[in-house]
Amino acid sequence: MDQIASNIGLLLQFPVVNLKILIDGMMIGALFALAAYGLALVWGVMNVKNLAQGDFVIGGGYVSWWLVKNVGLHPLLGVPAAFVVMALLGGALHGTPIHNWARSQKTAMIWVSALTFLVFIVATYLGDAAGSVAGYAGLILTILLVINGGIYNLVISRVIERDLFTSLLATFGLAIMGAQIMNLLFGSDTQSLDLGYDTLYFADGLIDVPIAKLIGVLMAAALAAGVVIFMKSSRMGQAIRATAQDARAARVLGIDTEKVYAFTFSLNAAICGAAGAIIVMVWVIQPFYGITYSVRAFVVVTAAGLGNLPGVIAAGLGIGALEQYGSHIFGIGYQQAIAVLLLLAVLVYRLMQQKRNRQVLQ
Amino acid sequence: MKLKTLSLALGAFMASTAIAAAADCEKLVLGSAISLTGKYATNGVHAKNGYEFAIKKIDENGGVKIGDKCYNFEVIYYDDESKGDRGATLAERLINQDKVQYMLGPYSSGLTKAIAPVTEKYQIPMVEAEGASRSLFNKGYKYLFAVLSTSEQYLASAVTLAAEKAAESGKKASDVRVAIAVENDPFSLDIRAGVMEDAAKLGMSVVIDEKLPRDLSDMTAILTKVKLVKPDLLVVSGHSKGAATAVRQIGEQKISTPMIALTHCEAADVTGNFGAAANDILCSTQWAETLTYEDPIFGSAANYEAEFKGAYPEYANKKVPYQTAQASAAVYVFKDAFERAGTLDKEAVREAIAATDMKTFYGDIRFSEAGNNIAKPMVLRQIQNGEYNVVAPSAFASHKVNWPRKAN
Amino acid sequence: MAINKNALYTILLIVIAAAPFVFPNYGVQLATLWLFIIVAMTWDMTGGQMGYNSLGNIFFYGTGMYVAAVIAIGLVYDVGEYTSAFGGGRYDFTDAQYFTGFVLGVIGAGIFCAISAFIIGYVTFGLRGPYFAIGTLGVAIAAGELVSNWDWVGGGQGITLPVYPGNLDDGKVFIYFAFAITGVVLFIFLNYLYKTRFGAAMNAIRDDEEKAEAMGIHTMRYKLISWALSAFFIGVAGGISAFQIISFEPLESAYQTINLGIFMVVCVLLGGKGTLWGPIIGAILFQLFKEVTWNYFLGWQWVALGALIIVTVVYFQDGLMGYLRTVRPEWFGQTVEEKSDDAAGEAAR
Repeated sequence: MDQIASNIGLLLQFPVVNLKILIDGMMIGALFALAAYGLALVWGVMNVKNLAQGDFVIGGGYVSWWLVKNVGLHPLLGVPAAFVVMALLGGALHGTPIHNWARSQKTAMIWVSALTFLVFIVATYLGDAAGSVAGYAGLILTILLVINGGIYNLVISRVIERDLFTSLLATFGLAIMGAQIMNLLFGSDTQSLDLGYDTLYFADGLIDVPIAKLIGVLMAAALAAGVVIFMKSSRMGQAIRATAQDARAARVLGIDTEKVYAFTFSLNAAICGAAGAIIVMVWVIQPFYGITYSVRAFVVVTAAGLGNLPGVIAAGLGIGALEQYGSHIFGIGYQQAIAVLLLLAVLVYRLMQQKRNRQVLQ
Repeated sequence: MKLKTLSLALGAFMASTAIAAAADCEKLVLGSAISLTGKYATNGVHAKNGYEFAIKKIDENGGVKIGDKCYNFEVIYYDDESKGDRGATLAERLINQDKVQYMLGPYSSGLTKAIAPVTEKYQIPMVEAEGASRSLFNKGYKYLFAVLSTSEQYLASAVTLAAEKAAESGKKASDVRVAIAVENDPFSLDIRAGVMEDAAKLGMSVVIDEKLPRDLSDMTAILTKVKLVKPDLLVVSGHSKGAATAVRQIGEQKISTPMIALTHCEAADVTGNFGAAANDILCSTQWAETLTYEDPIFGSAANYEAEFKGAYPEYANKKVPYQTAQASAAVYVFKDAFERAGTLDKEAVREAIAATDMKTFYGDIRFSEAGNNIAKPMVLRQIQNGEYNVVAPSAFASHKVNWPRKAN
Repeated sequence: MAINKNALYTILLIVIAAAPFVFPNYGVQLATLWLFIIVAMTWDMTGGQMGYNSLGNIFFYGTGMYVAAVIAIGLVYDVGEYTSAFGGGRYDFTDAQYFTGFVLGVIGAGIFCAISAFIIGYVTFGLRGPYFAIGTLGVAIAAGELVSNWDWVGGGQGITLPVYPGNLDDGKVFIYFAFAITGVVLFIFLNYLYKTRFGAAMNAIRDDEEKAEAMGIHTMRYKLISWALSAFFIGVAGGISAFQIISFEPLESAYQTINLGIFMVVCVLLGGKGTLWGPIIGAILFQLFKEVTWNYFLGWQWVALGALIIVTVVYFQDGLMGYLRTVRPEWFGQTVEEKSDDAAGEAAR
């Protein structure tokens, strides 16, 4: 109690701190908003409630981290790279010629992958750089192809439009698999990338804005804007929106909904991946941190509703800010509790609203 | 990267089996539940590597000689997923189903706390290297032995140091204001209790007292408070992720607290990851490779570090964490005790462990009645220009402490 | 047939009673198996029979653990003082204190959980479909986080109970029978319940809640009572677990949302939801799978488990019982004839 009082006292004594908390909260909130927008997409269009959302985010972070550490990519380029790689993992190749070829040539694919793997092992053992690089490339390509087909064809495409609980559980299975595979591949250390940029200070240094953070938030904003423009103006975007409104009607009108679904899911994975790549250069990631982002994404989407992009962004920023305020006042230990209690509050509020509506109808 | 190390490790493994086969010794099985997944996985793996490295070194030095026979250690591992209930179940399995007679400890105080009642009930000697909480050693356990110093000592010298510095600058020790941010788990809460006690003894006031969540990735809220309240000493403990997050954001937020003390700096590789931001931060450590300890198996502390890096190339660019060193020391204690006991009888071995009095690369090891190691001090290192230099206690200090810390 | 059934049950009871003595080294695993059977059966009450898929039943497990521990300790010592010693200090319990603490703690846990199910259910049962699952999951996560910040019960340090007085092997048998008796009572109770009007009403709610309501069933009352009943049994199981595990903390052991909380659902789906035997068979299969992968695929066990969940949920959602019913209807001959209406109803859905 004393602590809570003194914490509130600090806010009154240094009013500028309120601004600092708001800024910090909205910066992390921008990332929550990205993950939540992806969730709103797959939920709205495919009726898939993706509990693996956070693990896609962390996955994107690891893609960027790996490329920076092993290939020497600039961390900022890690963001588009993670976008592309996660899109591939998410099923972007579904229905394209490569995918069809791979599907019809299963045996050939298996042999080629086995061979590349062998080359890779031998080359690394002998320390042959060129062979090793070729092996890496082949290995990564095969893995991408296999997972691309695997996740989407074997799991996601089979839970679309199934009952609500199925997708929650199936994606939960994906989430624990993903987290553990990342743990095995990258180790369980917390990782982060240091851009080495300066920090901007305002108000006697009380407000600090690391330039890296600023760039990250700007990239998130640019990505969100790009997605919005894409959804509004491109043919695929229109097809996605049409499918979301009425899948059967869309099919009747000649939209290949199968392809739309695959594309949507892959777009979601890509958005999450980019968010993760931003997170790794501003905060830290760890294989088992996915759940944090999944919870936030669900909170945001439940609060804002589906198909309401401004709402998602506002809710994302708002939840980021509320969490920061909450952890300032009650202590940082309550951060997760605050997020979840917000979710419950939103659900109960919705419920009461519905009840009121029903009574009005009666 | 991982695969490369894997194939290298494979090569190292083949080489080591060749030597072991030549020695032609029997197997002596130890058991351990260790965290390979979950929140303690990083340090769980550090500890497991330490066990494995020690076993390999002991093999190469002729194994464990009991009477006229020789033995090689072999460890049955299970993954406790960083969960206490799982750890206790696995301990029962090791004892009942795998018929393990001797145990190596798990990682973290919480897990050790969960496993110790089991080993105690079955009267299985357990030498543990990673559970430092004091509460382990006031229960009267007879079969629990810990090679490391207990957790209240981790940051005690930082508190003393803060008091000394206050006196030097003409203030009283009771003017020192302490900020504490520790993870909400048994180990870190025990550290908090230790710091609180010492601070209370010196009349210091605790101005911030926060608990970090287990999936911590952002502590700006706490650091903002630190900026406002301006404490004289900031203490952060939260295993590897706590250290990584703290150092990164202390740099970003330009925290100008004159003294900052952390745990797990080496495990989080804060110098490698964050460079200058880590400067002048104090890190408590159980062991440092610059100390002058040595023994016939591992050589000097520095030699241990070098050979370990040779065997595990993934550590090449960072410090070998003390979690690894103490794990190796635990295996060494077993070897020593078996040889002195001269038998595989459990009770005789327990007696021999209790009577341990040895010098190792990790430091002196001598157990109190309660089972904790009382012969080895904690040391406090300061990161000075990217190097870890011992600054306290004064008997071991190689460098002077930089105070106040310069924010960069 | 009736004789056969009785003979079967008798044999089963003998097996249950003999198991800890035949396999003395597997005491812990057998007790854990019972825990899984109990939580799977209770989950199926609302999830399978009533169509309300809760992801938050683990809340009652964790709460049961804490209530039992607090009662057992509170009868003898001051709880705040006990926990602030960080599980250290010497706090002795006499035999009588241990067993009174155990009995009162476990029963108290059940009652407390049943009451809290009424309160939580009153709010969450208004939520439909995925929101019910998400809402209940939220309750469980929030509870774990709050308890981990509550110093009176030990916060993140957790809480340490006294160990069983006397021989350790006796202690294991004691815990085993505590679980086994709870499980058998639960089975007998459910076997009876599902045949009554109450059971029929639960199924009606699952099949079409609006229609059930239109037919004059007070759905809210049924939902609350059945959730409270299932909460009672999970609470009791949690209480017993507390005495088995001895030393536990809130996030990983008590409110283990992403472990046991989800596993119980997978057990039910694996065996076949909405059946009496499905959850039991599912729990056994799941335990076997878990033991094998945890032993032989160190490091990969979570990947295998994720794969099992996906395969079960996506491809095999009717579970073993559902699968057997489709490929070997003659095995269910008796059942199919007796409940032909039921089968037709299921096909229609």
